[in-house]
Parts: sequence; structure tokens; C-alpha cells
Amino acid sequence: MLYAILMLLGCQLAGEVLARGLALPVPGPVIGMAILFAALQARARWRPDAEDVSSLPLGAAAAFLLANLSLLFVPAGAGIIRQTAVLTAHGPGLIIALVGSTALTLVVTALVFAAVARRTDKRHAQGRET
Amino acid sequence: MSEPARLWVFLAASPLFWLTATLSTYAAADWLSQRANRHPLVNPVLIAVLLLALLLTLTQTPYETYFEGAQFVHFLLGPATVALAVPLHRNWRTVRKALAPIFAALLAGAVTAIASSVGIAWAFGAPFDVLASLAPKSVTAAIAMGISEGIGGNPALTGTLVISTGVLGAIMVTPLMNAMGLTDYRARGFAAGVASHGIGTARAFQVDPVAGTFAGIALGLNGLITALMVPLLIGWLRF
Repeated sequence: MLYAILMLLGCQLAGEVLARGLALPVPGPVIGMAILFAALQARARWRPDAEDVSSLPLGAAAAFLLANLSLLFVPAGAGIIRQTAVLTAHGPGLIIALVGSTALTLVVTALVFAAVARRTDKRHAQGRET
Repeated sequence: MSEPARLWVFLAASPLFWLTATLSTYAAADWLSQRANRHPLVNPVLIAVLLLALLLTLTQTPYETYFEGAQFVHFLLGPATVALAVPLHRNWRTVRKALAPIFAALLAGAVTAIASSVGIAWAFGAPFDVLASLAPKSVTAAIAMGISEGIGGNPALTGTLVISTGVLGAIMVTPLMNAMGLTDYRARGFAAGVASHGIGTARAFQVDPVAGTFAGIALGLNGLITALMVPLLIGWLRF
């Protein structure tokens, strides 16, 4: 488990250094995710017979963090108590904007994904046959 | 000062108390969510935040004092984001076949999120700093607050709008997708990640691992594309 935690923190640290060093518009942890992903892909390529990552401590640590992902947003969420003044001042407009925009974004994203996927899935299926 | 009062003065200022309070309100909220069979309306983040807001108001505790304890939980957001690489790696075969729908949906979703939120709030007469705080609301808090600051918004307000968007998306995604009759869990998860970042991703992982993986991809990519697009779009608004 020690190595799993070290690996997650190490990737995050490397991501943070890259993000700040190169002034990238992406936060360090997202770059850290890309680094860990590249490492896992490389491991699977060079040692195809190695055990799946889910049976390693890293897999267990990742599963634990992602199973409790909701919890991690609670401290930031409690920050709402500092924003009550602005929220009440622009109340109805902001609430309608949040609800309307979130619903619209969900629908548009899912519809575009499904529409394009219907075409490409068909092509992939044909590719397999030929 | 009486003994219980003295004890409270000690506890209220200690990180231990507020860290435990964060975990226990969440444990209670998650228990409720499980009891409700993960019904979307019984959202654990929403319930835990409301309980904590009530507790902080009743005890007149400043948010800064609370955060000294809660920061240990908050810190784990970074390693958890890195950990998204594991499901991405395990589901890579599925993801690789879906690159075309991923990028088409990403572009459509990112533009919709920015334009519709700013457009609606503008129609209601919201001032520029509120619009600028609202524009990046669909991306993960760290990116959104950075964007907001760069374009003349209020990062603290953006933080709150980001969390609200996350909770709203997590609540709405399942009923909306069911109403549309959409059964493709890649599309459902990806939409949750584009519209409502990590909280939508947490919801997606609750429903289906493939949905969670696609939500995680959406969260990362939308952070990037929104950081590039918002400054351009908001520039039009100013002139």
C-alpha cells in the first residue's frame, strides 16, 4: 500500500511540476492522471502476462478513492455558507441558469455522443467482419 | 468557564473535530443514499453539505476554522484525480473505439455549458463579474477557479457554483437519460462528466464502471477545453 500511495502522490507531484513549469492550462492532478495512465499502458505492453492492475495495491487504493469520490467534495461544498449573500442577491437568475444549463449540457452531450457512436460502432463492427 | 464549555472551545478549534464531523456527516448521508437505493435525489454530497452548513451556522464556526480540519479530505481530490488513470487503463479498449463520439460530444457539451449558463444569467440581468464566475461552472473546481480569476470573476463564488452544478448534474443525469431512453452507458457517463465534473463522475461510478470511466475522461478533457474556450467567449461579451 505504501508504494501505491507513493505512486499516486508521485504522479500528482510530477504533474504539478509540469503544469507550473510549462504554464499549462490544466491542473497538476490531471497531468498526473495522464502520467499514471501512460505508465500503466507501458507496463501492459512490456509485460503482457503481468497480473491486472486491479489485483495490485495500486488498484485497491484507486478503487477506495473512487468509491468515496463524493466525500472529497464535501469540504469545498460547505464553502456555500460564505456565499449566501451573492446567491440570494442573484438568486432566481443564477438558480435557473445553473439548472437550465446543466440539464441542457447533459442532454446535448449525451445525444451527440450517442449519434456519433451509432455511426462509428457500426464501422468498428464491419471492420471486425472483414 | 464551565468544563463542557472549555471542552467545546478546545474541540471547535481543533482539526480533529471538524475532520470527524466531515466524515460522520458524509457517512450518515451515504447511509441514507444507500437506504434509498442510490435514488438520484438522495445525493450524499448535497445532504452532507447541508448538515455541515447547519452545524457551522449553529456553532458560529468560521469556514476557515472548519477547513483546517476538512483540508485533509479536500487534499485527497488530487490523488483521486490521478487514480482515474486506473479505470481508464482497464477500459482502454472500449475507450479507444469511442474516440470520435468522445471528441464530438466534448466540443458540443463544452460550448453548451458555457453559452447556456452565461446566456440565461445575462437575460436575468446578472452583472459581468457574476457571468465571469459562472462561465466555467461545469469544470472541476481547481480549473474553474483559475479561469474565473483570470477573466475578472470571483473565484470563491465560482467554487460554490461549481459544487452546485456538480450536485445538480448528479441528481438530474439518471432521470434525464432514462426519459430520453438512452441506454448507452458510455454516453450517459460522458455527459455526467462534461456537465458536472467530479460529482457527476462520482455518481456515474455509483451506477456503472463504464459510465464512471467515461465520466472521468470527460472531466479531464472538459477542464482543458473550457480553460481554452472561456477566455475567448467571455471576450466577446465584454466588447
